Amino acid sequence: MTPILETKNLSHTYGAGTPFQSDAIQNVNLSVNRGEFIGIIGHTGSGKSTLIQHLNGLLKPTSGEILLDGRDIWSDKQFTRETRFRVGLVFQYPEYQLFEETAYLDIAFGPKNMELSQEEIDQRVRRAAGFVGIPEENLQKSPFELAGGQKRRVAIAGVIAMEPDVLILDEPTAGLDPVGREGILANIRDYQKAQNATVIMVSHSMEEIASNVSRLIVMNHGSVAMAGTPREVFAHARELIAMGLDVPQVTQVFLRLRDMGLPVDTSVYTVDQALEVLLAQKGGH
Amino acid sequence: MLKDITLGQYFPGKTVVHRLDPRTKLILVIVYIVALFSAKWFVTYGMMLVTLCGIIAASKINPKVILRSLKPLLFVIILTGILNLFYTQGQILVKFWIFTITKEGVRSAVLMVLRISMLIAGTFMLTYTTSPIALTDGLELLLNPLKKIRVPVHELSMMMCIALRFIPTLIEETDKIMSAQKARGADFETGSLLSRAKALIPILVPLFISSFRRADELAVAMECRCYHGGEGRTRMKQLRYGRNDYVALTGGVVILIVIIVLGRFGL
Repeated sequence: MTPILETKNLSHTYGAGTPFQSDAIQNVNLSVNRGEFIGIIGHTGSGKSTLIQHLNGLLKPTSGEILLDGRDIWSDKQFTRETRFRVGLVFQYPEYQLFEETAYLDIAFGPKNMELSQEEIDQRVRRAAGFVGIPEENLQKSPFELAGGQKRRVAIAGVIAMEPDVLILDEPTAGLDPVGREGILANIRDYQKAQNATVIMVSHSMEEIASNVSRLIVMNHGSVAMAGTPREVFAHARELIAMGLDVPQVTQVFLRLRDMGLPVDTSVYTVDQALEVLLAQKGGH
Repeated sequence: MLKDITLGQYFPGKTVVHRLDPRTKLILVIVYIVALFSAKWFVTYGMMLVTLCGIIAASKINPKVILRSLKPLLFVIILTGILNLFYTQGQILVKFWIFTITKEGVRSAVLMVLRISMLIAGTFMLTYTTSPIALTDGLELLLNPLKKIRVPVHELSMMMCIALRFIPTLIEETDKIMSAQKARGADFETGSLLSRAKALIPILVPLFISSFRRADELAVAMECRCYHGGEGRTRMKQLRYGRNDYVALTGGVVILIVIIVLGRFGL
């Protein structure tokens, strides 16, 4: 099976030929399969945002290529535009991009640009609103009178309504309270399962990444430093910490336990796994 | 890309030009403009050009940056050149259909284009080498006498300072919003003029809203630090004239006088 999204030796240099020239990403090779839930982590300036803006054709690579369904997205103009719709990108703090009079119209902006029929647009808007948990009565309100969490949901629905094959979210929970964060993550999980969609999520919170994604990509200084299942990646906890990244709190606890002399597996990253390991440890004694 | 616009941008540095007192630079810019408009003919223009190039060289700012700053105004410059070329009476050089090009036309077109370009480049040198804060401080001190007739000098200069400070922020914000709307399939590059104007709404509305939000936050942050206008406010950095300032001012005035005198003789 061809991967749905693939990058080959992708590199991008900002301001080439000026004194401000800087390599944002270098030789990134990624392949994303249909239905995967992928997490991208990396500290500020590691090239995460630059990478994801390449995936839907907002930035043009300095060298290398991006393949969608095996086809170079820059091969022709029509296909580049199609890529924008097939790879949906939700930016950081997406609620700052709302502009329409009602939440409904704002969600409909993407589908309208796709030149769908009125009926289809209506269906998609309602479906998207359903996925992210926007109650019916909020759809006719101005997006600016909604509360923070609802605003963010409207913005995410605006991208989901295009029904992209790949949904990319850049820190979808930044600046929300714990209830709001878990709510949005649950919505994304539900959407991913229901649509068998491919989801790529950038996040700073290791807990969020650990408990959601099936594969994890670690960016450092513009290239992929590690990739694998969360368990594989978090097994390299000390290297992650050396890169200036966090590891989930549970993993931190287990690292300390190990330092204190308890022979535990330090690749655990959720409370349930921790419980299992600890019970096994207790039973063994 | 939008990020390439350098309007009102400050390039930090430690050269003589950077270190001059902002008041000196403001006065010199005025002197420069007066001199530029007193220049009459190639000798005086040449002098101005040499002065400008000297200042640019001393400031160690890349000449390419200066040329790029002319780009947004290229249309105005070219239009002025063309109008001068065709609408000046005098000795006819070429004549075709309804167009006539005169010797005087060519001359005034060249000089006008030079004058506008030098005007822009010279004034940009001020913002390139002076931080917005230093600039508004200088402006405020220069305009201080106007306080006597109740002009709110401090408030005006604070507003200007904030406006200058937020230009790069707004450009960055616009870039971000454009990307986000493009990701939803917005199209700013094709279509009729009307549809392109309409395509701006998804950018302008969020931009206005975020500007108001920023203004609000900034006002609160300023009040939290007990800002209450100019009354009794002291400065962390006191501006002082140094030897360089007197040298620069004298030099500027000398050049001005020379150019006015030479201009009288039609040079």
